[in-house]
Amino acid sequence: MEFELDSGNTAFIIFAASLVFLMTPALAFFYGGMVRGKSVLNMMMMSFGALGLVSLIWVLYGYSVAFGTDMGGFIGNPTDFLGLQGATDDQSLMAGTGVPFLVAAGFQLTFAVITAALISGAVADRMKFGSWLVFAGLWVTFAYLPLAHMVWGGGLLGGGWFLVDALPIPIDFAGGTVVHINAGVAGLVLAIVLGKRRGFGREPMRPHNLPFVMLGAALLWFGWFGFNAGSEFAADGTAGRAWVNTTVATAVALLAWIGTEKIRDGHATSLGAASGVVAGLVAITPAAAAVDTWGAIAIGLVAGVLCALAVGLKYRFGYDDSLDVVGVHLVGGLVGTVLIGFFATDTDATWYPDGAANGLLYGGGAGQLATQVIVAVLAMVFSGLVTLVIALVLKATIGLRATEEQEVSGLDLTVHGETAYESLGAGARVVTEVK
Amino acid sequence: MTKLVTAVIQPHRLDDVKSALEAAGVRGLTVSEASGYGRQRGHTEVYRGAEYTVDLVPKVKIDVLVADGDAAAVTEVILRAAQTGKIGDGKVWVVPVEDVARVRTGEHGDDAL
Repeated sequence: MEFELDSGNTAFIIFAASLVFLMTPALAFFYGGMVRGKSVLNMMMMSFGALGLVSLIWVLYGYSVAFGTDMGGFIGNPTDFLGLQGATDDQSLMAGTGVPFLVAAGFQLTFAVITAALISGAVADRMKFGSWLVFAGLWVTFAYLPLAHMVWGGGLLGGGWFLVDALPIPIDFAGGTVVHINAGVAGLVLAIVLGKRRGFGREPMRPHNLPFVMLGAALLWFGWFGFNAGSEFAADGTAGRAWVNTTVATAVALLAWIGTEKIRDGHATSLGAASGVVAGLVAITPAAAAVDTWGAIAIGLVAGVLCALAVGLKYRFGYDDSLDVVGVHLVGGLVGTVLIGFFATDTDATWYPDGAANGLLYGGGAGQLATQVIVAVLAMVFSGLVTLVIALVLKATIGLRATEEQEVSGLDLTVHGETAYESLGAGARVVTEVK
Repeated sequence: MTKLVTAVIQPHRLDDVKSALEAAGVRGLTVSEASGYGRQRGHTEVYRGAEYTVDLVPKVKIDVLVADGDAAAVTEVILRAAQTGKIGDGKVWVVPVEDVARVRTGEHGDDAL
């Protein structure tokens, strides 16, 4: 097929990619505000570390593993587009909408970066920084890239669905399985292997800067327009559907989270509002173009209530998922992925791939629901096993955990040699020598 | 003899107490930030459902050195200015001081006030 450039779509995708890119620094603020002041720089550096490392991996071999020629349904050929060199635009992932190869590859880069960064919320305040970088590199290579290939690259959880004759193919518009279930399970496994923060459940570990959290959540919402609308690969009515669904599901989840809090704790909190925003964004991600407005409202409502309840699970089960990657991303990702099975529809500017079907409440029967549940479970098992192997290997070799002294004094000062606030460092102490 | 009047009050009453003391002729005082609790106890904060109980609440402590005969009047001035009528308004107490000296001049006793 001869490639024909569509400058409108291309401009849209470059802009959408830039919006998604912004989500990782936004996440740094969202997470950074939630940790204690003595380790905020370390928290933000985990996101910035992912920006550096995963971007490089993506152009070297990442894109090829995710979107190269299929090898057995699990990965793409890593040598197809080494260094993103030598490809022609008719090989573009978005050739069908007239978007050149490099634009499509750049757009997808930003998804890999944020997914790795999401995991860092589960391991706040206690992980060795070097081990985080090594983990992020290995995890992207062995968990993210294969899952992205399986779901989006024509592998066996997407277009190459191995149960295709029995069931409809899975729907994951913008990353419910690849991004959120994947990162959520990885966060859970890594938090368990790493162990709890010292004093977890006994000492106060309150968010040190809630305005940072609000700022981060707002920027995430803004960036998410690129994430979801951009996943249409074209500037059209379906992109508009994704934009509207993204907004309405998030708005409803915000209200649902603070409503749940008001009933349970007596207060509608700013942290709850910011958390509800992210829960809604996560849940609508896989469904962004595949449901109508009523479906988006329902997904936002269920996600807001369930995630608000799910963040309490870590105290009951005793794992220290510090910033609730499980409660928000895993649970939100599951809500969206599974509810597609009830609400999927292809009318009124909605869209899902050929081979998928309407949901249970839209006359499509239970087939799509079954597919969505199966793909969610398979994604969890895959991500859990790969993460467990990487985490155990690193724990046994270079070690995962910062020393007790580093953790108690704060990773900012002991690992990075700086402090976020004057009151914590040289500004408030007697400086004996300035070189 | 000199008396030390100490008051632990709500921080937001400090300005009023300070003005009232000035108007009553008190020429110097020491203010420090303090924390503690009486019958008010503390408060609770909730972050994603995790409850933190804060037992110690912020207070302001005022120390005023006065001549023996002025102690009762100064205590009354502070009481009136600091009072809101709600739990947590604080306490005022008076203790005798053996000696006071002004560092600049070396004066002792009431001359140093």
